[in-house]
Amino acid sequence: MQNMLTIISNALCRITGRNVLLIDLSEYVSLTSPAAPVLAQTERQPPKPPPVSTRAPAAELVSSQTDQLDRPGSRVVVSRSFADFTPQATFDIKKCDVHRLEEGPPVKATLTRDQGLQYYRIMQTVRRMELKADQLYKQKIIRGFCHLYDGQEACAAGIEAAINPSDHLITAYRAHGYTYTRGVAIKEILAELTGRKGGVAKGKGGSMHMYAPHFYGGNGIVGAQVPLGAGIALACQYQGNNQVCVTLYGDGAANQGQLFEAFNMAALWKLPCIFICENNKYGMGTSVERASASTDYYKRGDFIPGLRVDGMDVLCVREATQFAADHCRSGKGPIVMELQTYRYHGHSMSDPGVSYRTREEIQEVRSKSDPISLLKDRMLSNNMAAVEEFKEIDIAIRKEVEEAAQYATSDPEPPLEELCNHIFKNDPPLEVRGTHPWATLKSVS
Amino acid sequence: GFRDALNQAMDEELERDERVFLLGEEVAQYDGAYKVSRGLWKKYGDKRIIDTPITEMGFTGIAVGAAMAGLRPICEFMTFNFSMQAIDQVINSAAKTYYMSAGLQSVPIVFRGPNGASAGVAAQHSQCFAAWYGHCPGLKVVSPWNAEDAKGLLKSAIRDDNPVVFLENELMYGVPFEMSEESQSKDFTIPIGKAKVERQGTHVTMVTHSRYVSHCLDAAAVLAKEGIECEVINLRTIRPLDVDCIETSVMKTNHLVTVEGGWPQFGVGAEICARVMEGPAFNYLDAPATRVTGVDIPMPYAKILEDNSLPQIKDIIFSVKKTLNV
Repeated sequence: MQNMLTIISNALCRITGRNVLLIDLSEYVSLTSPAAPVLAQTERQPPKPPPVSTRAPAAELVSSQTDQLDRPGSRVVVSRSFADFTPQATFDIKKCDVHRLEEGPPVKATLTRDQGLQYYRIMQTVRRMELKADQLYKQKIIRGFCHLYDGQEACAAGIEAAINPSDHLITAYRAHGYTYTRGVAIKEILAELTGRKGGVAKGKGGSMHMYAPHFYGGNGIVGAQVPLGAGIALACQYQGNNQVCVTLYGDGAANQGQLFEAFNMAALWKLPCIFICENNKYGMGTSVERASASTDYYKRGDFIPGLRVDGMDVLCVREATQFAADHCRSGKGPIVMELQTYRYHGHSMSDPGVSYRTREEIQEVRSKSDPISLLKDRMLSNNMAAVEEFKEIDIAIRKEVEEAAQYATSDPEPPLEELCNHIFKNDPPLEVRGTHPWATLKSVS
Repeated sequence: GFRDALNQAMDEELERDERVFLLGEEVAQYDGAYKVSRGLWKKYGDKRIIDTPITEMGFTGIAVGAAMAGLRPICEFMTFNFSMQAIDQVINSAAKTYYMSAGLQSVPIVFRGPNGASAGVAAQHSQCFAAWYGHCPGLKVVSPWNAEDAKGLLKSAIRDDNPVVFLENELMYGVPFEMSEESQSKDFTIPIGKAKVERQGTHVTMVTHSRYVSHCLDAAAVLAKEGIECEVINLRTIRPLDVDCIETSVMKTNHLVTVEGGWPQFGVGAEICARVMEGPAFNYLDAPATRVTGVDIPMPYAKILEDNSLPQIKDIIFSVKKTLNV
């Protein structure tokens, strides 16, 4: 590597006749041996190109002398072509347990470099966003309920990777991750948590009530979202649009009667509904063993086929969701998926999360099964990306989340004049009674 | 009659907008538990008229979800007593969503079915839900009296982009009514939120809804013989309440009697009295307002007991005279 750099730099010097030393170049890249640093070029978010020195041609920027490379403070940027990285690799993934199915999803998954970086970016964004929410909550800038998703990122990222934006998704209250994957900007999510007018629901909804096109929240009542999801699937079938509805619920909700009512009708009418149980082992403080007579959540659909999936592996989730979506779109009716996953935080911000489980257990999952690390390690060991690229992405995400938090803490609260708005749609303004008879407030649609 | 008006309303709206569909128990092949949806399944088929299993919470949630995703469901409860099983979906999933989402997500749905007392069906099948649903912001609550109300208000409810609770009455289904020329039109609608003065009067304002409009009109006919002229207001809508209509009337008659089938405590009449007290009409009252309500007990079965659990015409007459101090 050093030799190659030397050769290139010498060649450039001869070509340009100038010392193309570049100092103070970039805060992005530092030279580490053995690999030279690289510009991260991903499709999802092209990074800022490094500033171009007037003394050098734009494309190839190298240090002129090898000894310069050792000088502290000198940075070098080398443009690498994609040929240096493995563009695509196939990985073995855990086989899914199946229920009432002849075969399950494939046991191999192909990942391109771009996809990998994209999934990494999504998961890391959700992770950092949730940790920022934790911070803001402890500073009392976020109040009320706040149920964090860190640890479960592979579920949201994997599902979104396998469905189309025109498909539908509904979940319960641990919803920030899905709000993001379904297209809401981080700053609108954080500003909703802080109750500001720039929040996605203008501060009217809060953590559990965020919505977007084809994303139906964010639902506070345990289990209620499941019949809703079946209804959305009914609408898809009715409209003949070949779309599916992903309907999520937790291991705690899995025992709700209304789920079984929804399963029955979905199966009867062959609704294109993917019922997904995010089994994170605990319904609030109650472990699955203490709550369910049967913890085989993928079988609880009884007459509905089911899959049990490793929810910490984004590729596993993606392949399973793809399989499930194909099943639904082919008119076979609903399917149940159980994603085995884990949450690092307690049930909500008021739960330290260690009275009903051990710190050792949490630590073990973090060190052995973290979804973000799993993906990163896979990509690194297959030379699909460089460590520096991930670092760059991390830095960029931190910055983005920080800016979003800035926005969320500085945006004004919703104006009082809008207190009563949005009671009815498409209605003339109406009078709303305030706290006493002399307070007549106005509501507009 | 009332039943035919409902049938006609649904038929016209199903034809007008293909997003409209009906689901509920026995609505399709049985022609409706009370025959309100007779003939619709034959005409529109399985896609638009859907028989559900006996799972209110599930099918109500499904109906609400379908509304969120762009359809316009009519969700029938065989009686509103069974809506209690599904009330979380009506209130938390339907009524509150437009507000919680700051206008991003609307829920254009109609929940309809018979409400209140029937005949001999006893306590679990006789409750009036006007006050419970009328309590909740985000819902519109409608209570038609006659066939014209039924048709016009149901069409408005179906065309409304908001969740509407449509309270019918089983005892009214078979009652024949004259329908006006105007109401024969396929675009005949009655605005939600506007009450109607069914009978002009000068001595007392009677405010009522649903079946008891008939009772009040009958009582008014008897009182007229004694020289007492009653103004009878048919609320038509429980929420939003047409307070202006009530106040205008009370400022004319100086006396107020409310009549309802539901229980007295925290009921529709209680709300009307409170609103009148808080507004300009209070100063025009010559006597405290009176509420005529169902008896504050679960509904008994035996006929004599049941008859005496609900307002009778004699109770209304008695109350008017007491209010007028005659």
